[in-house]
Amino acid sequence: MKITRQEVEHVAHLARLHLEGEELDLMTEQLDMILSYVAKLEELDTEGVEPTTHAFSITNAFREDVVEPSLDQEKALANGPEHNEDSFVVPRVI
Amino acid sequence: MEPYELTIAEANTLLAEKKLSSVELTRSCLERIEATEKAISSFISLDPELALQAAAKADLHLQSGEGGGLCGVPLSVKDLLCTRDRTTTCGSKILENFAPPYDATVVEKLNSEGAVIVGKAAMDEFAMGSTSENCAYDIPSNPWNIECVAGGSSGGSASSVASGQVLGSLGSDTGGSIRQPASLCGIVGMKPTYGRVSRYGLVAFASSLDQIGPLTRDVSDCALMMQTICGYDRRDSTSVDRPVEDYSSFLTQGLRGVRVGVPREYFSDGLDPEVHKVVMDGVGVLRAAGAEIVDVSIPHIDYCVAAYYLIAPAEASSNLARYDGVAYGFRKAVTSDLVDMYKDTRSQGFGPEVKRRILIGTYALSSGYYDAYYKKASQVRTLLLNDFKRAWESCDLLISPVSPTPAWKKGEKADDPLAMYLSDIFTLSTNLAGLPGLSVPGGYSISGLPIGIQLQGPHFHEGELLKCGFNLEKGLNLERQIPAITA
Repeated sequence: MKITRQEVEHVAHLARLHLEGEELDLMTEQLDMILSYVAKLEELDTEGVEPTTHAFSITNAFREDVVEPSLDQEKALANGPEHNEDSFVVPRVI
Repeated sequence: MEPYELTIAEANTLLAEKKLSSVELTRSCLERIEATEKAISSFISLDPELALQAAAKADLHLQSGEGGGLCGVPLSVKDLLCTRDRTTTCGSKILENFAPPYDATVVEKLNSEGAVIVGKAAMDEFAMGSTSENCAYDIPSNPWNIECVAGGSSGGSASSVASGQVLGSLGSDTGGSIRQPASLCGIVGMKPTYGRVSRYGLVAFASSLDQIGPLTRDVSDCALMMQTICGYDRRDSTSVDRPVEDYSSFLTQGLRGVRVGVPREYFSDGLDPEVHKVVMDGVGVLRAAGAEIVDVSIPHIDYCVAAYYLIAPAEASSNLARYDGVAYGFRKAVTSDLVDMYKDTRSQGFGPEVKRRILIGTYALSSGYYDAYYKKASQVRTLLLNDFKRAWESCDLLISPVSPTPAWKKGEKADDPLAMYLSDIFTLSTNLAGLPGLSVPGGYSISGLPIGIQLQGPHFHEGELLKCGFNLEKGLNLERQIPAITA
């Protein structure tokens, strides 16, 4: 076993997903199969190999620090399921 | 011949000569959609009225002789490209009502040339899949056999072009999502070099792999659409500031002196014999056209699926964290607890494949597993890049299959995620290495399904790929046809 039911439950919590019952069982089985397959990478010696995060590397893209037109607040809020005039509204946090 | 059957280049000529108007052409496409959409389901949303308005506007431009490269041409765009005030669902329930406040850069470019965007094409949810069966809405069918998949994730883009509903489409390719559906539907698809096309307004799946590209009926049309969408954009920090070549000018150049590599690892014993034959026919055509064929090796190709299915889910798990029921349309709140609201929203808004990839990605990035999974996969990515660098010393481009088999029946692999992942084996390396890739129709299986040929080249060598693709098209001389759709 590469991953247990309890581990999948924990990862689901980290990813903010509810999983229970049959869905959790099936997901555990499928993740175990996928992780067993990707374990194939262990065959390769990667000691001292630099990781690649972007295949075509470019340096930081800077611009002048000047104010430019941007999305207005009303439009930015328009897609939110609940909002008031200047912010998104969410259930009480504290 | 009906106007909807034209290529973009043919339509351009008729439009410029005023033998056809954009409104007539658009009407022809809308009638074709009306007749075929029930069987094909290429679109998540359609806006005929808006399309006809855009067509009428294009006709005014054309009359004054100021039409651009795609002026008046009916197109579809994959439903993960932001269209201002027009729903952009990404094939997901979680974005069911999302109407972006801005256009993607590529959509801006299409609009500024006067292209006619007819509708938003169906796709696998958040572009995760190889058949478009992970779409939360209607699932597109293969125009050559409607019981088969159109491929994915840009399945609706491919089916709309292949079935004659539109003349071209824009899709996105993270691991083969343009090239594979193009191959399965018998059309041309290009994934440009990473950084060649702006990703601004493309809803992100895996940011280091995603790239937008065209799906068209032939290679000349592909060059035309590339000309419109390529170029630097300061709004995408990974966009590369480098002049855009005149792609159409490459097409008529000969192949003398071009070295075409045949990567031996791509032709294992397990390869479908029909696919093998089609690719070898392609090799023969290129040789006859003057290219030199060389044997090359990409030793780490066998590790691509494993590396990709760690890197892409890792990036996805991070990118998709933003869908939490706060800033976008869908929210599910059973209790008054904030974390429960996140969980309820995400659990009901995402489909099974998206959840699976978020979980793999979260696991691969989590403390204690990062080195073994994400870092290891990123190191293997370096090994693969080195393989390609070595290959470019002895050849100018590579020829290979696109998909290990022609299109398969709907439902066939839907319950087996790993089998589905393995079907991406020939296309993933292009994205991991950031290369350009082109899929060109190569032939048909005995059962009449299209089989494509893939070309891969060094960074920014799109012109070389198009030249070679054009020669393939010419040499293979397949009869151009739009399949009769029988529901």
